[in-house]
Amino acid sequence: MFKLELIQNLAGHKGIVWNVSWHPLGKYFASCGEDKTIKLWSKSGQDWAIKTVLVDGHQRTIREVAWSPCGNFLASASFDATTAIWDKKSGEFQCNATLEGHENEVKSVAWSPSGHLLATCGRDKSVWVWEVAGEDEYECEAVLNAHNQDVKKVAWHPSLDILASASYDNTVKLYQEDPVDNDWTCVATLHSHESTVWSLAFDKTGERLATCSDDRTVKIWKEYKPDNQEGVVVTDREAVWKCICTLSGFHTRCIYDIAWCHKTDLIATACGDDIIRIFKESEDSDPNAPTFELLCTKKNAHSQDVNCVAWNPSGNQELLSCSDDGEIKIWKFTEA
Amino acid sequence: MTKTADNINPHIYEKGSEREITSSERDEDLQDEFDDREIFDLIRNINDPEHPLTLEELRVVEEKNIIVNNDDSTVLVNFTPTIPHCSMATLIGLSIRVQLLRALPSRFKVTVQVSEGSHASEHAVNKQLADKERVAAALENNNLLQIINQCIAV
Repeated sequence: MFKLELIQNLAGHKGIVWNVSWHPLGKYFASCGEDKTIKLWSKSGQDWAIKTVLVDGHQRTIREVAWSPCGNFLASASFDATTAIWDKKSGEFQCNATLEGHENEVKSVAWSPSGHLLATCGRDKSVWVWEVAGEDEYECEAVLNAHNQDVKKVAWHPSLDILASASYDNTVKLYQEDPVDNDWTCVATLHSHESTVWSLAFDKTGERLATCSDDRTVKIWKEYKPDNQEGVVVTDREAVWKCICTLSGFHTRCIYDIAWCHKTDLIATACGDDIIRIFKESEDSDPNAPTFELLCTKKNAHSQDVNCVAWNPSGNQELLSCSDDGEIKIWKFTEA
Repeated sequence: MTKTADNINPHIYEKGSEREITSSERDEDLQDEFDDREIFDLIRNINDPEHPLTLEELRVVEEKNIIVNNDDSTVLVNFTPTIPHCSMATLIGLSIRVQLLRALPSRFKVTVQVSEGSHASEHAVNKQLADKERVAAALENNNLLQIINQCIAV
């Protein structure tokens, strides 16, 4: 028997908490939401508490926060059309750069594994790739207009500069820089979801992708490279991504987020039915047609929609969640 | 801003009677649950964005198109635009959603959609109204919020 045990309930935000993000070392995390603030939380003694509150960075809802891989920078994406970069070179956290270019709401921001690139996306249907050009300097590398609707989420491959985006147009797209002309292009479009794709997460190898949708399903996709052993046909020497598993019948409302732990391989989902669910691939699973088991269903995890889930990157099985109800919760996944 | 209404001459229906309050509802010791009529009463007096008429008078909302499930904490409201090309459908849906968001306990999951077959862009309107991120962003737009508040103001 597995269970999610509540470690602590964290109140502090006013209104919807949209996103939580662990610092890469897993010792503290950032949260953001409707109240236009970013809060940094750390443990003092046994309890988690607010350490710093970042205000005045944004005029509207802050939709997402993301730590750079080195842990020195925090990016925040806002409905006010800007992305702010915070650091504490001066001793205190300060906003030292603002990325402008999106026409309206920015909905997601993500750092590449090397920390040299940033991606943002938003309501204007575009995905932007930014290069870290110098101290507090960011240059736009590419504006990708591959989606024909609102782009909800961007996420990078865990080790390569491959970018994935999820959209209101029901598709997921992957992008890569062409080494010949240094142009970023869409290299794959993943069709299968029947409604908005809200979020996505790579596994630790980057060869699999999990996506979650308003169609109440989770899908697992696998990359088939040219000359793959399975004999999956590829064209133009580009890898193809195939949906190898659909988890349906588990979620009863829109699934807003999915997190795939790179240490434990556990998958957590955040759902509009107020439930957090934990899945894991079965032991004897076929790599090309895997089966996943539902290990745990935490009913009433929050009193309203769960918006985000995030595994502690240290692999200690701690999970963060946040909700429309204004609360953040820290859970521990345990085998009872 | 003088725009001609999509439907210049809509059919106007009579208002229904007020809810009759039963003796069990007067009993303070009895806990009564939300019913379809109560949801209807919350939204019947929302003003149409284009006419000095309520959604009830235009039969955009009707009690029979509301389903409340107290056990699941869900509310479904189907509304019927007066014409299939009504450009105000999203705004009307948003007004209904905002009114219920403000009036109902937060445990309720509210779905607002156009009645089947009543609008040319039924699917697109329903998808927008169901997207809570878009709704949240719309409600941060002061101009839009002002219009919604005018619709909701009784």
